[in-house]
Amino acid sequence: MIPPSFEYLRPNTIPEAVKLLEQHGDEAKILSGGQSLIPMMKLRLARPAYLIDINRIKGLSYVREEGGFLKIGALTREAELEATPLIQSKYPIILDTTHVIADPQIRNLATVGGNLAHGDPANDHPATMLALGAQVVATGPRGERTIPIEDFFVSLFSTALEHAEILTEIRIPIPPPRSGGGYFKLERKVGDFATAAVAAQLTLDSKGIVQEAGIGLTNVGPKPIKARKAEDFLRGQKADTATIAQAAQLAADEAQPSSDLRGPAEYKRGLVKELAKRALSRAAERAGK
Amino acid sequence: MSKKLTIRVKVNGQDRQGDVEPRILLVHFIREALELTGTHIGCDTSHCGACTVLLNGKTAKSCTVFAVQADGGEILTVEGLNTDGQLHPLQQGFKEEHGLQCGFCTPGMLMSSYALLQRNPKPSEEDIRWGISGNLCRCTGYQNIVKAVQFAADKMAQGGVR
Repeated sequence: MIPPSFEYLRPNTIPEAVKLLEQHGDEAKILSGGQSLIPMMKLRLARPAYLIDINRIKGLSYVREEGGFLKIGALTREAELEATPLIQSKYPIILDTTHVIADPQIRNLATVGGNLAHGDPANDHPATMLALGAQVVATGPRGERTIPIEDFFVSLFSTALEHAEILTEIRIPIPPPRSGGGYFKLERKVGDFATAAVAAQLTLDSKGIVQEAGIGLTNVGPKPIKARKAEDFLRGQKADTATIAQAAQLAADEAQPSSDLRGPAEYKRGLVKELAKRALSRAAERAGK
Repeated sequence: MSKKLTIRVKVNGQDRQGDVEPRILLVHFIREALELTGTHIGCDTSHCGACTVLLNGKTAKSCTVFAVQADGGEILTVEGLNTDGQLHPLQQGFKEEHGLQCGFCTPGMLMSSYALLQRNPKPSEEDIRWGISGNLCRCTGYQNIVKAVQFAADKMAQGGVR
């Protein structure tokens, strides 16, 4: 399948790319890793008249801690993220997540920025970023602005990015000591989207009481879901088995699954409960280390 | 039809160029313009991995990359694995261990396995299964493919081949 014709543009800088977006408006799409966009173009689900390839723009691929944030450049490939020592040693929740995205070939090209900017509730990073309380940096004609991740996902395939804005960076507040997280996903086979997945991040005090909790749900609603009721319930509680089970039930209640090829809605709700239990237990365990 | 662009790539060590419409996928460029038909088109939907090549040293599904994106880059296809007519240890392994039946997935399997052994010359069985997890085979049940990769890893370790 060869996609419909389009004009190919390859800017060398972000301002050039923004200018092209301004010029071509809704008819233009950013080509990053292309691992979601190209299949959609082949199936005629997306028909951009202009593709703006940002892959040659320098300085958009990095992972570093700076000014209290873990900063991830939008063009960082999943495989690069997975191979970053800082992620391996300090951010196991992100490692869990990148490890289960698609398959090795796709992880070589797919980017973290694209995984978020695509606005697909079936993608994996959104839930993890919701759990971590991330911000995204959007660069547009008037410069940069930051958008809290909970305001970023508007609806299916739609984000808070304006048409001339490019997602350029992801910022995650560096978690305080005694923090930990985990991402649990059930997929029918490698490369499939999640039937459901849950990201959980906890910060405990010295007595094991939850100071901060973040929970994100993948592919159980029209957009990635932040399980606020479960988060609120957890704050101030001891992170033991009974509390985690109750929080997992609240998270399952907040899911909005629909029945499809991957299973009936009630099955998926049950799955969210079990995956939330596992993710919270893993988060508590890692926070306690 | 949008206008054609001239692209230059190094394929299996040779400089090649061609004129392509931007919408042409890398796999079509490789098969039709460069006439290297060892790279197969399987599912054409980014699932099966039959079209896997190395693009700038990393595996990619060439049905999910535009040829224009490869401009200035290096490509290794299955045709580039042998040296002076001598089969690569991986190719020998697939032969010796019966790592194929119909052979359709084999070029992609070879390229993913090649990339795996470059990165990890002594893979465990789990590493191998993970390394080829983006490649589907509908005949072998993967057992013999895993053995073929192990065969190659052993042979490469003995012979100092990369």
